[in-house]
Amino acid sequence: MKDSISTRKHLLGLVGSLYDQFENGIVPQISIPTRTKNNIEYDPNDKVWVYGKQKSVRSVKTVRGAKSLLKASYLVGLLIDEHLKHDRGSTLREIYYISENWDMAKFGEQSESDRLVEDLEILTELQREDFHVRPEEDGATIFGPLEIKESTRRGERRIHCQEDVGEAGYQIPFIVMHPTIDFLNFH
Amino acid sequence: MEIAEELAKNQKAISVAEFFEKNRQILGFDSAPRALITTVKEAVDNSLDACEEAGILPDIFVQIARRGDAFRVIIEDNGPGIVDDEVPRVFAKLLYGSRFHVLKQSRGQQGIGISAGVLYSQLTTGKSTVVTTKIGSSRPAGRWELTINTSSNEPEILSKEVVDWDRPHGTRVELEMEGSYVRSRRQSIYGYLKNVAIVNPHARISLVEPDGNVETFERVTDQMPQDSYEIKPHPWGMELGGLIKMMRYTEKKKLKRFFQSSFSSVGGIIAQDVCKLSDLDPEMAPSKVTHPEAKRLLAAFKEVRLKSPPTDCLSPIGEKLIRAGLEKEYRLDFMVTSKRSVSVYSGNPFLVEVILAYGGNLKKDGKAEILRFANRVPLLYQQGGCAITHAIENVSWKLYSLNQPGGGIPIGPVVLLVHVASTNIPFTSESKDAIADVPEIVAEIELGLKEVGRKLRTYLSRKNALSERKEKEVIIRKVLPRMAQKLAQILERDEPDINPVVAKIMGNLMVRRTFSRENGQTFVKLVVANYTDAACKFKLHETVSVEADLIEPSARVTPLGDGYDHLWKISLKSGERTTLSYVVPTDGTSFSDPVVEGQPEELVTGARVVGS
Repeated sequence: MKDSISTRKHLLGLVGSLYDQFENGIVPQISIPTRTKNNIEYDPNDKVWVYGKQKSVRSVKTVRGAKSLLKASYLVGLLIDEHLKHDRGSTLREIYYISENWDMAKFGEQSESDRLVEDLEILTELQREDFHVRPEEDGATIFGPLEIKESTRRGERRIHCQEDVGEAGYQIPFIVMHPTIDFLNFH
Repeated sequence: MEIAEELAKNQKAISVAEFFEKNRQILGFDSAPRALITTVKEAVDNSLDACEEAGILPDIFVQIARRGDAFRVIIEDNGPGIVDDEVPRVFAKLLYGSRFHVLKQSRGQQGIGISAGVLYSQLTTGKSTVVTTKIGSSRPAGRWELTINTSSNEPEILSKEVVDWDRPHGTRVELEMEGSYVRSRRQSIYGYLKNVAIVNPHARISLVEPDGNVETFERVTDQMPQDSYEIKPHPWGMELGGLIKMMRYTEKKKLKRFFQSSFSSVGGIIAQDVCKLSDLDPEMAPSKVTHPEAKRLLAAFKEVRLKSPPTDCLSPIGEKLIRAGLEKEYRLDFMVTSKRSVSVYSGNPFLVEVILAYGGNLKKDGKAEILRFANRVPLLYQQGGCAITHAIENVSWKLYSLNQPGGGIPIGPVVLLVHVASTNIPFTSESKDAIADVPEIVAEIELGLKEVGRKLRTYLSRKNALSERKEKEVIIRKVLPRMAQKLAQILERDEPDINPVVAKIMGNLMVRRTFSRENGQTFVKLVVANYTDAACKFKLHETVSVEADLIEPSARVTPLGDGYDHLWKISLKSGERTTLSYVVPTDGTSFSDPVVEGQPEELVTGARVVGS
């Protein structure tokens, strides 16, 4: 996970580029990898699917594009001035409700704000946890023959997601990366 | 006796009435709902024709009432009335009328209509038809009970009496017949009268339905339709038999005189030429012309240059009246008309009027509504078999911004009204449901449709441009200022100048002034960029409280009140930009906004605009 100073720098870079485009008389726009099934490639090194080279441009030339960039600016404002500055956080759902207050920049529905958070992850190459954004308080659970190591406030725990938990399963924390979680065994 | 003689005994003449008794579908009495519609249609057509000829603004009353299993149909008008001698034959003799032998535009053509209603009533209920008519306020009204003798096609008068009637003049017909009353469809009495009202805005029509509901189609104009005149036949399209018949019965003694007096568009010179071409003596008696000679005459008429038939025999509805009629029945955003000039098919003059109405409360995803009219009579049935429909289907509506999936009738919030007026409308059948596919008529309708189509396309593209402009206004007035403010707040910097971006998005002429201060001097820079799609030539003024120094490029400087006006003449092609600069002392210098002279205000961003 990145520290909040470098996260802040990334986000400021994003809004800074919009600002500079205004100043230089360029119609503000951002380009972002196209999020369709044809635009993903398998990365054999990391063994994951990554976005391909296709980009789509969002610019203020259209009402849709302009509103989307306006919302992005407000969202970045929230992340920098509320989350990072005061070390707070919100769930995805909370972000949607916070936007109720944003006049024209208000989100139509939660899927829209969720998607915009994902856009910011892609643009900054960070993760939403870096923005102090987490999924619902009551997240998903897992039940099965998987052993993990979780760092909790009470120290490191080894948990087997079938033998060490009740019928309800193991609650997946909102950060599932090293060093919080280590996947140990699958048996 | 030979078989042939035996068979000959069974041969006998069939009266028209008997023929139609067995073939009622030919006259439009093939279904129960249709019988009522056809009866009302025939009676209303007669009333409108009569009123028009007498110069009376029509007031027509239609009532349909249930009588047991059957219906009672009453149609009353304020027309000129019918004289005693004529009443029985007008209503109770088929093929009796005043229009068949006349080349003139009228609704009725053969004189079958209302008597077919009388026949149908008599066949289905056995009741007689009651006619009341009055020809003047000082004259008594006559009340007749009539039936048709189907074997002789002659009227039978059951009773005739003189009655009191409070109308100054008019005619009232009451018939009883089997049928069924429908309301919601377009093919209904209501639908028919509604369409009649559209093309006859000078008529007032009221309808009382079987459930007591009253519908009134109000008169929207007191202007009578243009009069139509009777004309003589035109030699184009004259048939051999017709010509021979005319020559046999003419009163004229000389061939040349006969041509001059019996045909339209034929004068002395043409008559002479035709006789010469067919090698006949212009002085000979027409009745002496033989069959082969008549053939030669007909061929000769095709060779001489003839004027088109006269056009004043036709009475178009006129753009103004159709508009008034349509606006009465629909809420619309846009309406265009096309009136074609008079053309000719087979010697009959005809003209086509087309109206296209768009938007309003018309259905957006349905097929276009087609309103067909022939000599001001709405055509309700057999839409698929009509020349008007075929012409609509022939036009490629995609060219005119309408969808037309799989060809056929276009889709969209559209009403297409087509009116064909002619001295003789070529119907596909006697029930007058559809116009036959005469190539000349189809071609004229298509031309009219294309003309209104072009106007629709212009209207729609203008509407699109307008909504694009509105969309841009939202961006520049609402979204961009908020975005600039938010960005500035996050970055803790001054609000960025959004004007250059606004100018680019709007395709405007942009003026942007920036200052930089150094050693007590202010360096002023003006960037002027032409983002429009045309070349711009204009004047740029800078009014400053002192005279500027180091002006680049040079400007004309004139003292103006307390300060100095600096004037540049600028000419920029689309996409070009230029930079102007000057220097003034920082202390005590004041500026006003840059001023552009000689450009439309909505095309300039970043400067005040004054007229040139």
